[in-house]
Parts: sequence; structure tokens; C-alpha cells
Amino acid sequence: MTPQAAIDRLRVRFGDAISAPVEFRGEITITVSRDKIAAACQLLKTECGFDMLTDLSGVDNYGEDPRYEVSYLLYSLADRCHLRLKVRVSEDDLIVDSVTGVWQTANWHEREAFDMFGIRFRGHPNLKRIIMWEGYPHHPLRKDFPLAGIPAELPETAVDADTVRAAPMLGGPFVASSGTRSAIRREPRQYDTIAEQQDKLSNPTKKESV
Amino acid sequence: MATQHEMELIDSAARAQQAMDEGLSGEKMLINMGPQHPSTHGVLRVVLELDGEEVVNVWPDIGYLHRGDEKIAENMTYTQFIPYTDRLDYIAPLANNVTYAYAVEKLLGMDVPPRCKYIRVICAELARISSHLLGIGAFGMDVGAMTIFLYTFREREKIYDMAECISGARFTTSYTRIGGLSRDMPPAFVPMLRAFLKEFPATIDEVDKLLTRNRIFCERARGIGVLPKEIAIDLGVTGPCLRGSGVDWDIRKSHPYSSYEDFEFDVPTGTLGDSYDRYLVRMEEMRQSVRILQQAIDHLPDGPVNSPDAKILLPDKEAVLTKMEELIHHFINVTEGVNAPPGEIYFSAENPKGELGFYIVSRGGGTPHRLKIRAPSFVNLQALPVMAKGHMMSDMVTILASIDFVMGECDR
Repeated sequence: MTPQAAIDRLRVRFGDAISAPVEFRGEITITVSRDKIAAACQLLKTECGFDMLTDLSGVDNYGEDPRYEVSYLLYSLADRCHLRLKVRVSEDDLIVDSVTGVWQTANWHEREAFDMFGIRFRGHPNLKRIIMWEGYPHHPLRKDFPLAGIPAELPETAVDADTVRAAPMLGGPFVASSGTRSAIRREPRQYDTIAEQQDKLSNPTKKESV
Repeated sequence: MATQHEMELIDSAARAQQAMDEGLSGEKMLINMGPQHPSTHGVLRVVLELDGEEVVNVWPDIGYLHRGDEKIAENMTYTQFIPYTDRLDYIAPLANNVTYAYAVEKLLGMDVPPRCKYIRVICAELARISSHLLGIGAFGMDVGAMTIFLYTFREREKIYDMAECISGARFTTSYTRIGGLSRDMPPAFVPMLRAFLKEFPATIDEVDKLLTRNRIFCERARGIGVLPKEIAIDLGVTGPCLRGSGVDWDIRKSHPYSSYEDFEFDVPTGTLGDSYDRYLVRMEEMRQSVRILQQAIDHLPDGPVNSPDAKILLPDKEAVLTKMEELIHHFINVTEGVNAPPGEIYFSAENPKGELGFYIVSRGGGTPHRLKIRAPSFVNLQALPVMAKGHMMSDMVTILASIDFVMGECDR
């Protein structure tokens, strides 16, 4: 089904919840109201053949209201066309219905949007941070997060200074003392040649006599 | 004088039967694989739940190579971001450069000259061969065939030499520019590429002879990590992993970019979707890349490589020094960047690992408002639990190698 036909079908079902399509460089974008997004995606997948969710991305429009948007890029393998859906979410109620029930691939994408923007997804089976560590206090892709970052505490590791013990030396240390001779000169086979060279250096006249 | 002792033999079969009857099952064990495990090809951490040797559950843990590329992109001009694309899929930097350049050009609504398109095809296909060589070499080595790795790295060395010849850098190429290339291909490149195309098919045959019907390799790869077609689509898997599962979908065919419609090539697909199919798809894709490269070098158009628009590309140095208008363009280009119209685009290309896409939201001006990288490795890795459940612990190595991911683009 072409994107236009799919949008017509969506508008029959959801009416005003679907905005008029916007076209830019051949890509069609529609905005869907927040409470209808999962249902609209389900309809697009089952009835319009959009069997792949190519991408899901959060966007922070800092200074606007609603501040955040979630952008879904759908793809139909049979008709070879894309359709972009957008949902706007305000900062006060930063939650969107999850589409993991429609496409499994949304799982990691939604976790990333949560991690980076703090957008929560209702009905997500495992909404944890994915790129930053568990317990990290910020959402780095928000526009009010500085590029230089904010210092944060790193998570506890299994191994730290208290748990590490030095390996037993068993009569050691068996380490060559450094700084006295060069590596070449420490090499036993080199002793003879070095001695020869030193000999030549200290007695330059000897060479002539030989 | 020898004495005879009576010895009671333990009937292990009976004991095992007794254990089964009593409903004894082994204790589950959690094992941590990575982030420094050699078979995770980078810094992927996988937490495995094992029942004996069988994998019951898999939790991939990513993010160890997160560098904040998307945040960085919002704070620099479009041209300044090109070197960062080298470091996404660092096995195939040339292909990333090409995809990124086309994405920004799509946003600007511009076209590049035919010679540029052909050279970009050459870059993308060389990168594909380079990536698949590493993928197959590492796959072979992970399942115990050390030789393959040496053979494929011998060929990759030639590709690095060619990358050096064409871009000046072996690894971090940054070859493309918005609206063209950093330079035309040097005359020495064509004989290099021709020589490579002559020698390389023999290497594919060598690897083919060593691996494809190798008993050990087949036993380790066949039927391991099966990814059924429907689940692959549902998981958004792309590239050789999707084609290995039997879906005939290649962006070079379905949405031709960079004059791919001019070239004759086939898209190989698998039947079962196991690790062996993914290996076969990669082998055949290298042969098809050789075909594309041969056609590209034979029909390479003449003419300029850069778009003439001085508002997008830097003008000639000589003109900058002698003419006022060019000097202004140069200054604006360097300080403010290309003035992109407001709007949002998504451009994706068939990279060696799968569909690499750039989603760019522009508010006008020289920097993106949001640049999202749709990395194939990120999406493909999500299929790991589906592939690995129910297999042996040692098959994890096979499955990871057959996905052929790069953490640089997975974590961004």
C-alpha cells in the first residue's frame, strides 16, 4: 500500500488524531496524537504492510511546547516505501505507549530513547538504560545537557583496590635491575663483542699495530 | 600369590535414569562473556544463563564504546562530522563516508557529478570486500581455522594500500565531502585496482576451498543460530543477516543510490538463516562486489568529481586568493558551514553490516538539530538472544562471528 493510501486509511479510523502529511525531499511525515500511536502502528503493520520498523528516534525541541518528539520510520518490504510517524510529548508527562508489541525491534530503540532523552514508554518489557550505565543520573542528548558532560559517579566494579591483593612473590623479586646497562649489553652473547669494542676504543693505537 | 577382589561396577545409565525420574535438574549458572572476550570482537558484554552447557538465556550489554557521536554532531558543521563517520564502522570507513555524504546531500537537495558517483561506488564496494574479509577471517579463526585469517588479511592489506592511495589515509579515510570528494582519484589508483581485481578472485576461491566444505567448519556453523525470516523482519535485521534468512532485500537494488542502477549484480540469499548461510551470503557478496568494481572501473566517466556549487564545496585555492566572491564563500563555508534548509530526511545505504541510516533534523543553518545514526550492528545484535537460545555455550562464538557486528557503530 502506498503511503498516501495508508494515511487515508489511518484518517478513516482515527480521524483528527492524524495530522495532514508533510512532504520533504520525497519523504512523508504525519503527526499522530500520543494516545493513538500504538494503535496506528498496529494498523499500519497488519493492514497496510509496513512490516519493518527501520528506526525510532527521540528529538529534543528545547524551548518549545511540547518539548520532545518521538519519530518512527516505518518501511514496507513489499511496496518498498517509507512512512514517518511523529508523536509530540510534553515535558510534564513524558510517557508514550510502547510499540514493542507491534515490532520486537522497538525494544532497544525505545530503551535508547529513554536513556538519551528520558522519554518513558508505557508497556515496555524492560525499560532500562542501554548505552549509559544503570544509575547514571542524566539524559545526555537533551539540549540542556552540556557537550562537555557533567561528572557522575561510576558504578561499583567487582574488582577494586580493597579486593585486589598482590600476587605472592615466592622468594622474588626476579626482576633484572634496570638502568645500569642497556638491553643489548645485558645480553650474554654480546659480552665478547662489547669487550672487543671497548678494547678498541680504549686503545686506538693497538688496532694500527695489529 | 594373586588374590582376587570382587568389584562392584556402577551402573551409570541406571543412575542417570534415576536422576531423571526424581526430576533433578542442574543448577543454572550465570556466566559473563566479555567485554574483553576475544570472540566478542570489541567490547560487547554478554551475560549468559547456562544449564550445563546449554544456553538458556542471553542478555547482551552494550555501551562500552559510547563516545556520544550524536551529541558531538549537534555541535559542529556537517563537513566537520565526516571524520567521526570513519569511526562508526571502523572496518569499512569508506562506506560510512559515502553514506553520510549522500545523507547531507539529500538534505541539501543536490546532486553530484557522475564521476563522483562511480568513485563512491568503488569506495563502498572496496569497503564491503574489506569488511567481509575480516568477518569471514574472524569467523574462521573463532571456530578454529587460523589460516583463513592470514589469507584474508593479506588481501585486506591491499585494500588499505588502495585507501591510502585514494584518500591519503589507510584507516581513517574521511574521503568524501558534502557535494563531492576530497580529491579526484589519483592516476596510480586505476592500475592498483585492476591488479587487485585480477588477483582477488583467486583468494576467494582459496578461502572457499578451505572453509565451505570443510567438515569441522560445517559442523560448527550449520544449523547454529537459526534466524527465521519472519523474526528477522520483525527484529529489523538488515544486511547479510537478513539475506541469510532468505529475504531478498538490498538497498542497492530496492532504492538505488550512487548510480547503482547502472551496474549488473546479483543479490545472494540464504535458505535456512543459520550461521552457515550468513557465511555463504558474505562469500557471494564479495564476488558480486568484484563484478561491480570491474564495471565501475571499465565505465568510469570523465569530468569533474565535485559539484560546482561554491556555496557547498570549498572553491579552488587559487580562486580564493585572487577573487573576492570565492574568498567570501570560503570564509562562510569554513566558519558557518553549508546552509541547509529546515526539514528532516532519512537516508540509508547498504553498508557491509546492513542498513546504515542517517536521520537528520535540520532547523536551517550549518549544524544539524538532531542527527540520529541508525547503525546496523545495533539492530542486528538485538537478534542475538533469538539466535543463541538452546545452543551450546561454545556455539555463542559461532553466532557472534556470524552476525559480524562492530561495536564502534553499535555504541556510537
